Amino acid sequence: MDPGLPTAGALATTRAAGLCYHCGLPQRGGGHFSIEIDGVERALCCAGCQAVAQIIVDHGLTSYYHHRSALPAREDAVPPAVRGLGAYDVPAVERALTRDAGNHVRTAALMLSGITCAACVWLIEQRIARLPGVLGIDINYATHRAQVRWDTRRTRLAAILEAIAALGYRADPYDRARSEHARASERDGALARLFVAGFGMMQVMMYLVPMYLTNGEMTADIEQLMRIASLMLTAPVVLYSATPFFARAWRDLRARHLGMDVPVALGIGAAFAASVAATLGGGGPVYYDSVTMFVFLLLAARYLEMTARSRAAMTQEQLAQQAPGVAERFAAWPGSDLAEVVSTASLRGGDHLRVRPGALIPADGVVVGGASEVDERLLTGESRPQPKRAGDALTGGSLNVGNPLVMRVARVGADTVLASILRLLDRAAGERPRIARVADEVAQRFVLALLVIAAAVAAVWYQVDATRALWVTVAVLVVSCPCALSLATPAALAAASGTLHAHGVLITRGNALESLARATHFVFDKTGTLTTGIMRLVGVIPLGGGTREECLALAAALETGSGHPIARALAEAAPVSARYRCSELSSSAGSGVEAVVDARRMRLGAPQFVAALHGQPLPRELAFIADDVTAVALGDERGWIALFTLDDPVRPQARRVIRELVRMGKEVHLLSGDRPQIALHVARSLGIAAARGGATPRDKLDYVQDLQRDGAVVAMVGDGINDAAGLAAAQVSIAMGSGTDIACSASDVILLSGRLDALPAAVRTAHRTLRVIRQNLAWAFAYNVVAVPLAACGYVTPLIAGAGMAASSMLVVANALRLLRHAPVRAGTPPAVPAIDLR
Amino acid sequence: MDIVYLLVPLSLALAFLIGAVFWWAMRRGQFDDLEGPAHRILMDDDRSGSG
Repeated sequence: MDPGLPTAGALATTRAAGLCYHCGLPQRGGGHFSIEIDGVERALCCAGCQAVAQIIVDHGLTSYYHHRSALPAREDAVPPAVRGLGAYDVPAVERALTRDAGNHVRTAALMLSGITCAACVWLIEQRIARLPGVLGIDINYATHRAQVRWDTRRTRLAAILEAIAALGYRADPYDRARSEHARASERDGALARLFVAGFGMMQVMMYLVPMYLTNGEMTADIEQLMRIASLMLTAPVVLYSATPFFARAWRDLRARHLGMDVPVALGIGAAFAASVAATLGGGGPVYYDSVTMFVFLLLAARYLEMTARSRAAMTQEQLAQQAPGVAERFAAWPGSDLAEVVSTASLRGGDHLRVRPGALIPADGVVVGGASEVDERLLTGESRPQPKRAGDALTGGSLNVGNPLVMRVARVGADTVLASILRLLDRAAGERPRIARVADEVAQRFVLALLVIAAAVAAVWYQVDATRALWVTVAVLVVSCPCALSLATPAALAAASGTLHAHGVLITRGNALESLARATHFVFDKTGTLTTGIMRLVGVIPLGGGTREECLALAAALETGSGHPIARALAEAAPVSARYRCSELSSSAGSGVEAVVDARRMRLGAPQFVAALHGQPLPRELAFIADDVTAVALGDERGWIALFTLDDPVRPQARRVIRELVRMGKEVHLLSGDRPQIALHVARSLGIAAARGGATPRDKLDYVQDLQRDGAVVAMVGDGINDAAGLAAAQVSIAMGSGTDIACSASDVILLSGRLDALPAAVRTAHRTLRVIRQNLAWAFAYNVVAVPLAACGYVTPLIAGAGMAASSMLVVANALRLLRHAPVRAGTPPAVPAIDLR
Repeated sequence: MDIVYLLVPLSLALAFLIGAVFWWAMRRGQFDDLEGPAHRILMDDDRSGSG
């Protein structure tokens, strides 16, 4: 199987040679990294995994490895922006995000990312609970939220966040007050309603079944007692549990619209009212069992749907919270370098801000002090960081990867580049084709037909036998009550999104699965989508006689402490060693770094920058490399030492994903903001015929709309802000979970932790879901065609009505549950295995 | 059959009592995390080596 695929199935193979014991990726360090776990030497792939594994071993938490049932999410799935935890160290920020619990105790609510299984929760709980000063941590496994309490005299929030980050997870403090409480109370309400309906249903059955079984042999007063008891239990079900149906039906009617809730409310109301009348007044059949069962089944389906939806909403919110919305503003620049922390919203044009390394640029503006490099990949798709020095323009939302900068704010709020992209996004979202509307119209016609039939039955029976008219009409309403019909779609959608969520695909909108199944064209972004978006070392060419390892060690020493993507790539590839110490480190933006290492003055960076130190040109045969790939040179005053080549590697699963989509008959396009030659190169290597580079957000929107004009159903896959408009315009939009919040909020489907390989599986599941929904609708229709005429002719007793409805609903739900059973695992991948190590 | 006149109301009372207990349990947060405890019981005090 593909070792790059972090499925639970891969766990079994991490013990095989060649794969990292911690994360399951192939070892790249050439066997440099390993750790002893419970007396057995385990090979690891990189310094990052080594650091995490070391922490786990040092704190006696190795049972994590025995109990985990999924591999950890790769650290590099997390955008570099979030690693800058420094902002939380600013007291004002800390105060704003945490609550004072009195007596030097503060609490914070944290959102945790990167949790893949229960063992992760255990690991974090154990580690954090043992930190000095932490009074308690409580992690909710279902929501990935944590509550942490600590003693402010002994630790700080940033220290706790750092400890979690050191384990390879991410924690963001967030304000619990808002959406979460609303959602929790909605959930509690739904759960209570479901409980009342389910319990009422069972108990009512206990009273009514003896009546059915004795077949009228009960004495009249015992029968009456049973009916009154049933009434007392049905009343809460109708008056409390069913209120959402009545409320929605009322809202629909006022809007002169016939939704599914209208016949549901009418059926419940009519059956209940008739039964109450029969119980208190003269006689006639009672439908308490049907009513309670009906309410219970519908609530159960909606509860499942709500759970799936709120889980999706929470995950989406989590992705959105990538950085605190704060900026550091100088009180009086250039006079004083005193800075205060203010919210981004309060910035004005002309303000001077400090932008720390690893922080997002809070607004559009101009550099006035310092020189650095800025990663604009999420805005433009360009994968190399851009050098910025005094006078250069900065775009809000990009990431400072180099040195501290001082910037003057030029535009804020609605005038920024980011805001104009957002406006494009809104416009495109407004033009989104509404498949949902069609389904709604069909439902409306169906409801109308139903009501007409019920009215006709009532009218005819009134002529034939006025005493039975009411009961026959109620029977028609109960039998036809579109229980199966209103369960058909939500049950299938809830089951499908549950299955997909377990496999790292998040469905955020109801009609996303349908559009996904219908999509004919898949348009991919390049950087961060088909590629990892992270620089990786591909080659070392020693030029000065040293070995590969020595060159790398020197380069890593020079890049110590730098957050630059190239620096990280070099550091990751280098063996851990403290052999070289560097001093007099200085960096010049866009060019490279200079330092004294091993008593030699060295430069690392662009070939021209290094050449300036010793005055020799780069060997001719190597010079061309710098054009096509990213090349970094290392040299000292005597000459060249080495040339490193790096690239942004294609995701290991990308080729297979493309091939599978093509096999499914989908047309695949590549649309990138990166340089055209790179875009074409990647497209060629992946076998994509249609590719275009250098596309602005506007171009992407036009490209998608052009395809649509030719009748294509477009699925767009992207991760950056520059993709957002295209994402919104496409019929179905798919964002990488590691992308920006805007891309995620514009998308219908999110591939969590960058699992591109889940895409074909998602498409297949979408096809299956659509098929199940069609089967369910066909069944519900067939059932009504048989049952309604029978009821209209007066042959349906309450027992038959209840049993028929239950059987039909169960069939529909069982059919939907088939979607849970077949996990969307690719053929050839071993099934997920429990990871309990039984040594 | 007279016992039915006692048992049916008794079952009704019981049903409402159970409803109240459920409401109390929900208020106490018993249903906040329905997945975690099932996993947690496997992890606790189950230190390395014996796994």
